[in-house]
Amino acid sequence: MAAHKSIEEIEEEIVDEFSLFDSWDDKYEYIIDLGKKLQPLDEVFKKDENKVKGCQSTVWLVADYQDGRVIYKAESDAVIVKGLISMLIRVLSNHTPDEILNADMDFINKIGMTSHLAQTRSNGLRAMVKQMKHYALAFKSLKFDV
Amino acid sequence: MSNETIAETAAGTKVLDIEAIRNDFPILNRLVKGHPLVYFDNAATSQKPAAVIDALVYYYTQLNANVHRGIHTLAEEATAAFEATRDAIRQFINAAHREEIIYTKGTTEGINLVAYTWGRQNLQEGDEVIISGMEHHSNIVPWQIVCEEKKAVLKVIPVNEKGELILDAYDQLLSERTKLVSVVHVSNAMGTINPVKTIIDKAHAKGALVLIDGAQSSMHLDIDVQDLDCDFFALSAHKMFGPTGAGALYGKKHILEAMPVFNGGGEMIKEVTFEKTTYNELPYKFEAGTPNIADFVAFKPAIEYINNLGKANIRKHEDALLTYATEKVKELDGIRIIGEAAEKASVLSFVIDGVHPQDIGILLDNKGIAVRTGHHCAEPLMNRFCIPGTIRASFAVYNTLEEVDKLADGLKKAIRLLR
Repeated sequence: MAAHKSIEEIEEEIVDEFSLFDSWDDKYEYIIDLGKKLQPLDEVFKKDENKVKGCQSTVWLVADYQDGRVIYKAESDAVIVKGLISMLIRVLSNHTPDEILNADMDFINKIGMTSHLAQTRSNGLRAMVKQMKHYALAFKSLKFDV
Repeated sequence: MSNETIAETAAGTKVLDIEAIRNDFPILNRLVKGHPLVYFDNAATSQKPAAVIDALVYYYTQLNANVHRGIHTLAEEATAAFEATRDAIRQFINAAHREEIIYTKGTTEGINLVAYTWGRQNLQEGDEVIISGMEHHSNIVPWQIVCEEKKAVLKVIPVNEKGELILDAYDQLLSERTKLVSVVHVSNAMGTINPVKTIIDKAHAKGALVLIDGAQSSMHLDIDVQDLDCDFFALSAHKMFGPTGAGALYGKKHILEAMPVFNGGGEMIKEVTFEKTTYNELPYKFEAGTPNIADFVAFKPAIEYINNLGKANIRKHEDALLTYATEKVKELDGIRIIGEAAEKASVLSFVIDGVHPQDIGILLDNKGIAVRTGHHCAEPLMNRFCIPGTIRASFAVYNTLEEVDKLADGLKKAIRLLR
C-alpha cells in the first residue's frame, strides 16, 4: 500500500504531462490515444441504466467496490470522451469513497479542459465526475448500513 | 454595403463581391482557437451585418420607448420603426395585407400559436394532422400536444433514402379527416427543398389548411405566400441575418380573424372590464405584452440586406459552395451523405464510418471551424437513417470556397487522428 498514490499525486502527474504539450493539437492527439487504449466495457454493461445523463455522446459508467476501494469502468462511443474518461478513471479509480468524495478534480481546469471545451461538452465532463461521486457516496452509505 | 458589392455581368445576372460582403459582418474578423473563424453553422443561426448591429445600438441610444401608447416623440418614433418592419416582412413574403403579419419570438412560437389557437378551436376527436418525417422538433411537439388533448391523430409523411418526402404516401394519408398539414419548406438537417406548392394544392383539395415552416427557407428561396397559397407561414429573423428573439407568423386574414387569441395581456385588448374583455384587431390581438421592440427594429435592415444582394444571387453563390463542399467531402474515405435530394439548399450533412460526429466537431472547433454535430433537433429523422446524428456544414453568402477547403483539410486530419 506504500506505493499507492493519492488522488492529488495522480492529478499532479497529469498536469505535468500536459505541460509538455505546446498546442491543443498535441493535447488532443494524446487524449485520443488514451481513448483508443481504454479497455472496452463488457457489452452486458452497455444498457440504459448505466448511461450518464448530460453527455452529448453516449457514456456508460459502472462501479465496483473491492476491499474498501471503488473500481470504475466506463466507455463511450466517442473517442475524445473515452480519453477524458480514461483520465477520470486513472485519477479516481482504486480509491476509498471518502477520498473520491473529497477530490476537487482541479486538474481538469489546470490542463485547460474546461476553458477549451464548449460549454455543452464540459457539462458532460462534469456529469461524469458527478456520477462517479454518486457511486462513491452509494458505496460509503452501504458500508455504514451493514 | 458598398455599391461595388454587386457587379453587373453582361448577361444581367449579378456576381456578388464576397470579400466586400464579408466586411459587412464584423464577427468574421475574429479568431477562434487562434484561427480565423470559419462559420459553417448558418442553419443554426446566421451572423449579423453591421447594419443590424448598428440598428440595435441606434434604437437604444435614440429611440427607446414603449410602442403604440404614449403621445411623446420617442414613443411615436419607436412605434414607426417597429411597425416599418411589419411592412418589410409583408413585402418580403408578398403577403396581401400588413395585418397578416403577426410578430412572434420566432418560428417555434409561430407554430405553437397556430397549434394552441386554431388547433384547439378546430381539431376534434378523430381529426388528422399531417406532418413529415423530416420535421424539426418544433413542428412535431406542438402538434403532439394539441392532438393528444383533442384526441386527434398525427400522421407522418415518410422520407425516402435520398432524404425526400414520399409524395405517393402523402396522397394516401390525405383524406376528408385531414384538417391541417404542417411541413417544413427546407429541412434544417439535410437541406432538402420540399415541393410545398404541390403539398399545399393537394391538402386544399381535401379541405385541409397548410402551415409551412419557413425557418430555413426564408434566407435562401423566394417566398410568395399568395402564390404558394399557404394558410400559415412561420419564419425567424435570426436565420436571415436578423436578431434572435424576433420572427413572424403569416396567416390568411380571414383565418386569423376567426382564430381565438393566444396570450392575454396588454396590447391585445380593445376594452377590459372585470366582466368582459374585447380584443384588439389584427395583428395586435396576437401580440400581448411589450414586444421585443429593438430586435424587430433591427430586423428591417436584415431584410433590406437580403433584398439588396438579391436572393437569386445569394442562392447562386450558396449553390456553388454546396456543390464544391459536397465534391470535396465525397473524396474522403468512408463518408455517407445524409440527404441527397435533387433540390437542396445550403446544407451538407454527413456521417463518417467509425468516427463519432462529436469527435469531429471538437477537432474542427480546434481549427476555428464551426459546424453542428448531433441530431439537429430532428431525432425521428436520425432514427429514419439509423444514425445518432450527423456532422452538418451549412453555408451562407459570406462563406468562401477557400473556407470549404479548410473544412475538407480539417476533416482529413481529424479522420486520420481518430481512426
